This record gives sequence, C-alpha cells and structure tokens, in this order.
Amino acid sequence: MEQTLFYIMATVIVIATIFAISEKHPVHAIVYLVTSFFALAVVFYLLAAPLIAMFEVIIYAGAVMVLFMFVIMMLDQGSPEDAERPPLMHYLPALVLTGITLVSLVLLLTNRSPVAAAAVAPRLVSVKEFAITLFNQYGVAIEIISMQLLFAIVGVLYLGRRRKP
Amino acid sequence: MSVINDTKAIVIGMWTTWKHIFRRPVTLQYPEEKRIPYPRYRARIVLTRDPDGGERCVACYLCSAACPVDCISMQSAATEEGRRYALWFRINFSRCIFCGLCAEACPTMAIQMTPDFEICNRDIMNLVYEKEDLLIDGCGKSPEYNFYHHAGIGVTQRRGAGLEEKPPVDVRSLMP
Amino acid sequence: MFDPIDIAITLGKILLVFMVIMTMAAYLVLAERKLLGYIQDRIGPNRVGPFGIWQPLADAIKLFTKEDFKPAGADKWLFYLAPAMAAIPAIMIFAVIPFGAPLTLFGRQVTMQVSDLNVGLLLFVAFSSIAVYGVALGGWASNSKYALLGSIRGLAQLISYEISMGLSLVPVVMLARSFQLSEIVGAQEGCWFIVYQPLAFIIFMISILAECKRVPFDIPEAEGEIVAGYHTEYSGMRFSLFFVGEYINIVVLGGLAATFFLGGWHGPFLPPVLWFFIKVLAVAFLFIWIRGTLPRMRYDQLMMFCWKVLTPLALLNILATAWFILLKG
Repeated sequence: MEQTLFYIMATVIVIATIFAISEKHPVHAIVYLVTSFFALAVVFYLLAAPLIAMFEVIIYAGAVMVLFMFVIMMLDQGSPEDAERPPLMHYLPALVLTGITLVSLVLLLTNRSPVAAAAVAPRLVSVKEFAITLFNQYGVAIEIISMQLLFAIVGVLYLGRRRKP
Repeated sequence: MSVINDTKAIVIGMWTTWKHIFRRPVTLQYPEEKRIPYPRYRARIVLTRDPDGGERCVACYLCSAACPVDCISMQSAATEEGRRYALWFRINFSRCIFCGLCAEACPTMAIQMTPDFEICNRDIMNLVYEKEDLLIDGCGKSPEYNFYHHAGIGVTQRRGAGLEEKPPVDVRSLMP
Repeated sequence: MFDPIDIAITLGKILLVFMVIMTMAAYLVLAERKLLGYIQDRIGPNRVGPFGIWQPLADAIKLFTKEDFKPAGADKWLFYLAPAMAAIPAIMIFAVIPFGAPLTLFGRQVTMQVSDLNVGLLLFVAFSSIAVYGVALGGWASNSKYALLGSIRGLAQLISYEISMGLSLVPVVMLARSFQLSEIVGAQEGCWFIVYQPLAFIIFMISILAECKRVPFDIPEAEGEIVAGYHTEYSGMRFSLFFVGEYINIVVLGGLAATFFLGGWHGPFLPPVLWFFIKVLAVAFLFIWIRGTLPRMRYDQLMMFCWKVLTPLALLNILATAWFILLKG
C-alpha cells in the first residue's frame, strides 16, 4: 500500500517537475511546481515525517509559490506561448548537472549494503522530539538563520521606505 | 482612545441589527396581500366624463404635447354643433412612465391618473389602450367640474350663460 | 495490514462528514438569506416550501441547469480547475476536526474524527494556504480585469491574514502542548481556551473572517467595486463551487474555532455531537450577524489592520503566554 503510493507520488513529482521546467507559461509552470510540492509532501508523510510534509505545503506551496504568482500576475507578460525555446547550448549546464546527479545516484544505489538500508528504516518522529533536537542540537544554526531573515526584513524595509522628496 | 470608541461603535451597530432581527418585517406578501395606494397615486390613466355624462376630452393635444415619452396620440373631430371630441384616443402603456404631466396639462380635467397599478400583461400589444378602454363612466377626482360651464362659449351655451360669467356687455353703453 | 472494518468505518465517516457539510453549507445559504432579511426588516425567501426550506434545492436545480460558460481568451484548464481548488481544501480540513466524543460500537473504539493526524493544526494551516490558489487562478484564468483585480486583492489578503491566524493559534498549541486536534480538545475539558486566551480568540475570529472573504473583509469580491471579484466570469455549477466553497469554509472554520477555543465537543447535559453543532452554528450566526452590520473595509485599512495591529498583537500574546507558562513551570 505505502509502496504503491510512493511510486505513484514519485511519478507525479517527476512528471510535474519536468512540465514545470519545460512549460513556457509561468503561471502554468507554477501550477505544475505546486503539484510537485504537494506530491513531495505526501512522500514525506509516507517517510514518517508529517511535520516536514506540512511545512513543505505551508511554506513552499502555500507561501513561496503564492508570492511568485502574485508577482507574475502583476506583470504584463505579453504572450509567453509565442516565445522561442532557448537554444540547445543553454540546456548544457543543466544537462551536465543532471548527469552528475544521476551518476552519483546510480553509484550510491549499486554500492549500498542491505544492512545500511535497514538501519535508515523510517521511524515516526513526534513534533516534540523534532523541536527538542532542532532547538537544542542546532540552536546556533537556527539563531543564525533567524538573524539572516531579520537582516532581509530590515533590508526590505530600507529599500521600500518612503523617500522624502 | 480610538480603540474604545471603535469597539463601542461596532457594539452599538451590532446591538441595533440584533434588535431588528425581532422586529416585524415591513414586507407585504404581494399577490396575497395588496397595498392600497393613496388616492393621488399615479398609475393607470383614465378619461373621465363631466357630471352631465358627456366626454370631457376636447382633443386639444395638450396631453400628447406634454408627454415626455410620446405615448399619447389622438385624432380630433367636432360634432355638428361645434363641440370637439377625440375621434380616437390611444395611450401606449408600455411606453408610459406615469409621470402625470398629461393630467397636469389637461385643461378640462379629462385625463386623470388612478391608483390602479396592476396593468402588467404578457402580450405587449395588450398594453396599447384605446379610447373604449380608457373612458370611464364617472367624473374622477373633480366631480363638480364641467368645462363647458366655464368655457366653450357659443358652442354649447349662449354667451353669458356660463357659471361664473357675467352677461355680455354692450360696448356702446360702456362710454364714460 | 489494514483491517477491512477500519477502512469501512473510515469511509463511512468520510461519507457522513461530506454529506453533513454539504447539507449544512446549503442550508447556511438559506439561513444567511433569512437572517439578513430579518436584520433588514424583510422576510427573506419563503416561497419554496414552508419557510422556504426547499430553497437550496431550487437553487441547486437552477445552478445545475445553467450554461457552463467559458469566456473568450480564458485559460481553459486553469479556468476549469480553479473552482475545485477553492472548494476541496475547505472540505479536506474537516478531516482532522473531532466532532464528538469517541464512541464504542460493538466493542470497537470509533473516534468521531475522520483522521486524528498528529499535525492536525498544521494540516489546517496548510490547506487554508492551498485554498489561495483557487482564488488566484480563477481570477487570473478568466481573462477579465475585474477578476484579475479581485484575485490580486484576494491573494494579498489571504496570505496576510494567514499569518495573523497562524500566530493566534500558537498560544493554543502552547497550552495544549500538541498539534493534535483531539488532544487540544482534550486539554479543554475543564476550561475552554477562550478563558485563557480571549485576545487570541478575537484575533483568530477576525482572521478567519478575512480568510473566508466575508464582510467586512470581502474586498476580493467587492460587489460595488469590481462586479464579483475573482468569480465574475463563472456561471452555473462552477460558480456554485466557489459559492458553496465559501459556506463550507464557514462551517469548517466555525468547527475549528469551536475546537481551538470553545472546548470542541465538550459541554454539559447535551450529547457531545450536539454541542459541537451548536458551537459551529453559533460561529456561523456571528458571521452572518457581522455581515448584516458592518460595512466593507478599504484595501489599505485591511492591510494595515493585519500587519500593524493583528500580527504584533498576536506576537505579544505569544510572548505573554510563554512567560506565564514558564512562571507556572
């Protein structure tokens, strides 16, 4: 049951992501990407990480993509369907990176021992456990990230301030 | 404190609407209960008769001239004794806006508005009222008024026989 | 492996909840029209059956038989997809709301909740953020300026008020020490959270009023300004999906307000399910009452109220709650 769901969701993720990068229209691309995020959230849930799954939906699908869409809707894009596809040369870096990722994935899969695979079997992590680990073990990292976000907020406020004429 | 004032304003508004929930609705369930309009309500137009039973309308075309939507049309004619009347008189109620200007313009009080507002119809041609549909057996709002008792000199009465009319004066005897 | 009886029970619960929500949403439309009528000294719909109780049925027949219209130049797939994206997340949220005390049927414990997820509260936040897409895509795909204006307004409003709503729920989580809705309800057995958290309750109510785009926060569909906002171009069943979705949202958010602050299904004398329904209907009544009273806010007032009043207040409330919890130990 879980395995079937995983494969269905994995197919959805791969197809939706391919569509998201090949689609010319930005709004359609966003819809595909949101589909992919949603499927990814289900995969996270299947991997016994419900908290990550929910954050995936709340933050990526529900906030980041909505802001993207907000900006795209405000812009006049003309007709993106008529735009030309970029030449093959522009695909090259992406193709090389994809190749590297694929090769390393294959190497990993062929070299992995069955014992190690059993060791990472998913265990349901409760929210409490997750939070304690996050704020005790990685407290400094959290603080640094929050400071970074604070800098970003201050920067945006500075850029968007009302200038006196 | 603006917060307190705003909250107070919202609470007062909510209390007002709460009270209105229990107030008796002012709605009239129309086809079952009918509102009776006031006598001077401006709805269906009629042509009235004078107390003697004759038509008041003298086909002067003032109503059709006053009508802003041009829904009144008629053809004037005269009897042998010289009394004018409308050969045909037509009001297109599908165009009428019930403004009452025709009734105001009428010198003989022939054309009058009635409170009968239920004249809607499925066939628009039924809304074109001819003289037979318009003419009623009654005097309408001014039962005593008879135009030809005040005017129409030489047509229906002798000179000086009118109600508020002095006998004709011999101009030759008016010398100072 | 899965127990077939468990699956059957879950399917039965899903069906039951779905039917109840749909019926409630349909009759909420009637209740709103009636109540607004009485508030405005009118009677409201009373022609279809006694007191107009068959009005939702008549509306449904009318909407089903209307032409399914797509404006020229509209983005076909997104135009067809958007109403579903607006209505489905609202129904999905109800999956985690506990609507009654657990029953024991034939020696089997049956929870009155479709799925007792351990991140139930987050699921609610996630799905309410997904519901934004229905508004945004519906307006954008219509190829109409009013719809686009409505959807841009809706986007900005929904993502802003989501923040104050999420922040107002943090004290509830802190008090209940769980994201699981059944545990949040369990923590309110003695005393409802509205007693501990009146400020959070007010912020939550204002935010959910904005989340379901109702007066005085109905600027995404402001009739006087932008025709009908994001669903201007929709007709027939697709329009009614948007429309019913809003009322489903009221039912669901009423249920959530009851769960988070009003003690869920806890209450004296009456059976738990009835208590839950009474609370949901009370919240719905409050919404309709507010609609009958308050005028629409201006766009800048709306944004200022969220970012400069509600969000800081919610943050302060979190700080105060944390302080008290620490002091209590």
